[in-house]
Amino acid sequence: MVAVDDVNFTVRRGEIVGLLGPNGAGKSTTLRILTGFLPATSGVVRICGIPVASRTDDAKRHIGYMPENNPLPEDMRVNEYLYYRGRLKEIGRERLRTRLDAVLELCDLKRIRHRIIGKLSKGMRQRVGIAEAILGEPDVIIMDEPTIGLDPHQILIVRDLIGSLRGRMSVIISSHILPEIEVTCDRVLIINGGRIVAQGTPAELRREVLGRTHYHVHLAGDLAALPTVLAQVESTLVIASASGPDASGFHHATLTTTRDEELGEPLLRALMARSYRIRSFSRTEPTLEDVFLAATKRSWDVVDLPGARVPIAQRPRPGPPT
Amino acid sequence: MRHFFTILNHEIRMLLVNTSTYLAAVVFLFVMGFIFTFLLEVYSEAAQETSPAYDFFRLFLGFAVFIIVPLTTMKSFSEERRSGTLETLLTTPVSTTEVVLGKYSAAYLVYLLLWGSTAGLFYLLHHFAADPRLLDRGTLIGGYVYIAVSGLLFVAIGVFASALARNQAVALVVALALLFLLIFGTKLSLGTQFMQLAALRPVRDALDYAQVFQHLDDFSRGIIDTRHLFFYFTGTALTLILTVLGLEAKLLHN
Repeated sequence: MVAVDDVNFTVRRGEIVGLLGPNGAGKSTTLRILTGFLPATSGVVRICGIPVASRTDDAKRHIGYMPENNPLPEDMRVNEYLYYRGRLKEIGRERLRTRLDAVLELCDLKRIRHRIIGKLSKGMRQRVGIAEAILGEPDVIIMDEPTIGLDPHQILIVRDLIGSLRGRMSVIISSHILPEIEVTCDRVLIINGGRIVAQGTPAELRREVLGRTHYHVHLAGDLAALPTVLAQVESTLVIASASGPDASGFHHATLTTTRDEELGEPLLRALMARSYRIRSFSRTEPTLEDVFLAATKRSWDVVDLPGARVPIAQRPRPGPPT
Repeated sequence: MRHFFTILNHEIRMLLVNTSTYLAAVVFLFVMGFIFTFLLEVYSEAAQETSPAYDFFRLFLGFAVFIIVPLTTMKSFSEERRSGTLETLLTTPVSTTEVVLGKYSAAYLVYLLLWGSTAGLFYLLHHFAADPRLLDRGTLIGGYVYIAVSGLLFVAIGVFASALARNQAVALVVALALLFLLIFGTKLSLGTQFMQLAALRPVRDALDYAQVFQHLDDFSRGIIDTRHLFFYFTGTALTLILTVLGLEAKLLHN
């Protein structure tokens, strides 16, 4: 079975990249290959220029990794665990002591440093996991679903924590929770069926995948004359849908355009000039959710095309991520 | 090998802070004490040809090994794999070999510690019944050396079983089966009619060489035979290599 196929991406220094995909899309497998925990059947992964497959140990020194569900030993204390992990990450005893304090401070774990991990709440455990990942000051931090199963308040804390790493370390996080990725990440990779189906900043993705901007107007007036008014404002602006007049003669109309820049002001001005009565006017931002659904749907459409089902062995496979 | 001592340190600490280790130690010492008392009863009733230490060590092979080896080893990998911490462990710059050796050494040290504590039984006997006939020094030293040497292989087998199974219970059964094959299987298979075939003579010789009870007899007579040492050392090395390979194969096909 092929879990990840022909995935190719680059993460810049200090950037936070989100890996987004439905369950079983290959997110965890991709991350495991990045960490050197799983070998890829073909392709090259480079962490800070070090090929992971041939120099695994060197590459691992540059990575802080928090796996899915954040497994921690139940019967250790927080500071004992972090100390042990620090030693495994080859941090000298002296430096480890200062690092430990810094990390406990950053993740707000000072109060619970002597508690046993098995008795911590999920949010605290998650913070211990993140503390562990950043302990060795790695260049790359990889986190598999860091906010899964947390309450909104804890999500906020974890999100701030990840945000605070921006600029210092490259962070790759995976999630299927969209607002999560949208808020924290500089760049998003949408992955489905083991392939990258879209990538870019959230704004780029909206443009690329959906390709249009929507305006919502609640107005009364001559609907038949509206298209000509719109065409004068912007040639690609059309009515996508319009409801019939309600009791007071107002219509709900959705206008779309392929142009990305703000058309609100000229549009409003033109409508007012033609004495349309307007109750509300808004530009609706497509959410990342729409983008995600559109992108994954598009990728399934490609897969389902007749003739697109090339046997895996014959498919060219340039290889997983760089 | 720079991580070996970090892992060893951690593993020993984990075994020592764990209540179940102490529980196992108490139960183990209770059972051994019970057996020892029973042996002394037998000796006090009628004269025997061998010293009590000799019988004690025979019981070690036939019985106690099956309790103590799974107890000290079944958790080592199964637990880590079940909880997923093996993944975090192997994404640090440690090699599988270091992990296996660290865990193995920790289990072996605890194994030695538990066995060492049974020396207290002989001390009590010496203290309350200062009868030189009961305490044959050669048998005692040879017996404990044998326990230390054979423990290398037995603990390795336990760690191997633990690396194969995600479930501790399965690890326990696998370890028991392998130990049984090694300790009794060699003897039983030598007794079968099938093994008397002339063509199987090399197999018969090999099995004869692996007679664990025979090794114990030699050791407790004070004979430390390098062939026996060779058997246990190579067996241990082979089992540990298989453990490393098995663990890596398991990761590949996860």
